[in-house]
Amino acid sequence: MLTEEERKKIRDAIAGSRGKREAALDALKIVQDHRGWISDELKDVADMLEMTPVELDSIATFYDQIFRKPVGKHVITICDSASCWVTGSVDLIDHLLSSLGVALAETTADGQFTVLTAACLGACEQAPAMMVDDHLYGDLTAPKIDEILKRYR
Amino acid sequence: MEKPLTGRFRKDGDALTLSEYREAGGYAGLAKALGEMSPEDVVTTVKASGLRGRGGAGFPTGDKWEFMPRGAKARRPAYFICNADEMEPGTFKDRVLIEGDPHQLIEGIVISSYALEADHAYIFLRYEYHEAGRRLEKAIREAYADNLLGANILGSGFDLDLHLHRSAGRYMCGEETTMIAALEGKRPFPRIKPPHTQHCGVWGRSSVTNNTETICNVPHIVDRGAGWFRDLSHSEEEGGTKVYAVSGRVKRPGAWELPMGTPLREIVMDRAGGMQDGYNFRAALPGGSSTEFLLEKHLDVRMDFGSVPGAGSRLGTGCVIVVDDRICPVGLIFSLMSFYARESCGWCTPCREGLPWITRIVAAIHNGKGEARDMEVLREYSREHLWIGRTFCLLAPGAMEPLRSALRYFEDDFMSHINSKRCPWNERNVDHLY
Repeated sequence: MLTEEERKKIRDAIAGSRGKREAALDALKIVQDHRGWISDELKDVADMLEMTPVELDSIATFYDQIFRKPVGKHVITICDSASCWVTGSVDLIDHLLSSLGVALAETTADGQFTVLTAACLGACEQAPAMMVDDHLYGDLTAPKIDEILKRYR
Repeated sequence: MEKPLTGRFRKDGDALTLSEYREAGGYAGLAKALGEMSPEDVVTTVKASGLRGRGGAGFPTGDKWEFMPRGAKARRPAYFICNADEMEPGTFKDRVLIEGDPHQLIEGIVISSYALEADHAYIFLRYEYHEAGRRLEKAIREAYADNLLGANILGSGFDLDLHLHRSAGRYMCGEETTMIAALEGKRPFPRIKPPHTQHCGVWGRSSVTNNTETICNVPHIVDRGAGWFRDLSHSEEEGGTKVYAVSGRVKRPGAWELPMGTPLREIVMDRAGGMQDGYNFRAALPGGSSTEFLLEKHLDVRMDFGSVPGAGSRLGTGCVIVVDDRICPVGLIFSLMSFYARESCGWCTPCREGLPWITRIVAAIHNGKGEARDMEVLREYSREHLWIGRTFCLLAPGAMEPLRSALRYFEDDFMSHINSKRCPWNERNVDHLY
């Protein structure tokens, strides 16, 4: 069941839209902010948007940053695209994964971190780059990654 | 050298506030457009300026605008969309423009919407641009409070609402018709054109989509005139400045506003400071990842839409990715192909099935498990099955641009992987990344 707070925020998002379904992505983000991921409350959201659950699920599964499975408390999105690749991202991705003891798209046993690779983060002048939640870190090195992880532990 | 787009940026990297923007001459273009010009005058001026779309395709902005039904033919409501879904690998110029001067973009949106007689405007912002989003939200609030957005803007009788749509991470949404589906709350797939969006765009209504950098030029063109804008440029046919950027193993990666048509050598070797010590220049993708490689012999090419094709590539976004001599080019092609395979929306079969196949072939070659006939498969795909005309949108052909040029310029590197059954750079196996 959606909480009353979620419902209110979704109603507000719908009120600011030209047609209920325009608010679909915002509504999904509201649920994800509250729960960390999109649980099967997706069905209730779909009802509010007057969409079928399948339609809304086709949107939820389309976007990289909408999660249909539980993720860690912090989501690390590390770039493996061209500018980061030529500045050494492969070694850094391996360093990050081995420091956390996970493979890509896995969550650490303590539930703290999920690691995803991303299409270019648009921070190529600071390559290699990654994001932890919505915070960007650039000019990465292995020691810098270690230090960043400490801050979130 | 005049830098209309970035010259008034604050030194500390913060965004200009509304009052700072106004003191620097901001919103003069809007006052002029609404006070002295008809929508048709604005379209004519932009057409005369030689402004071409800065999102990568380089379509003349004035021509795009002329196709919009206006005046007696207008269909209401009509929409204007600012494409700030900057997800092309290596590209970050629009982020620089939004973060430095969000009001410049808003002013451009209001003037463009006035010219196109649009009632409602969207900014489609990529998910990862959180800081740009915060700055835009603040600027939009300031603009509404100061009657620069909303009803009866500056007493002109022109109304415009502006909505900031923040996406959730998917390259595909940067394509015009896909973006429209995304805005409407549908699973974002592209569709074939015609009908063109000027006749059937967002919500089935008339809409025009322009890139962020393109729109940022509009207030200056209106304020200073088409002739002034043309004179900013080094090239004959194309007006204005261009925000170029460089990433890779150069001394000073970054973005610079320079005259349109500035040579690639000046951008990479002077502005970006040339290569880092211990690295040599091997190649560059001149305008994001969907452009063909250029080599050292091409460095004197002028970076404008008309000149770069002469060297076998495209200006694209003008954001250069430099490839040095210490990185394996086959590994880099794997990175590029896996990006496109991952970002394919799955709507068209050749793209959905072909890109993962190509990615696996390139990974196999890189990992020392390739065969000579793999090269033929890659050539055939890059020339035919994933080239223009097989898919609704240009994602797959965009992926083939770096591949086909790599097969031309780095053939020896591919073959040495195949013949020696290992990566000559001793780079690690990439299987776990795809």
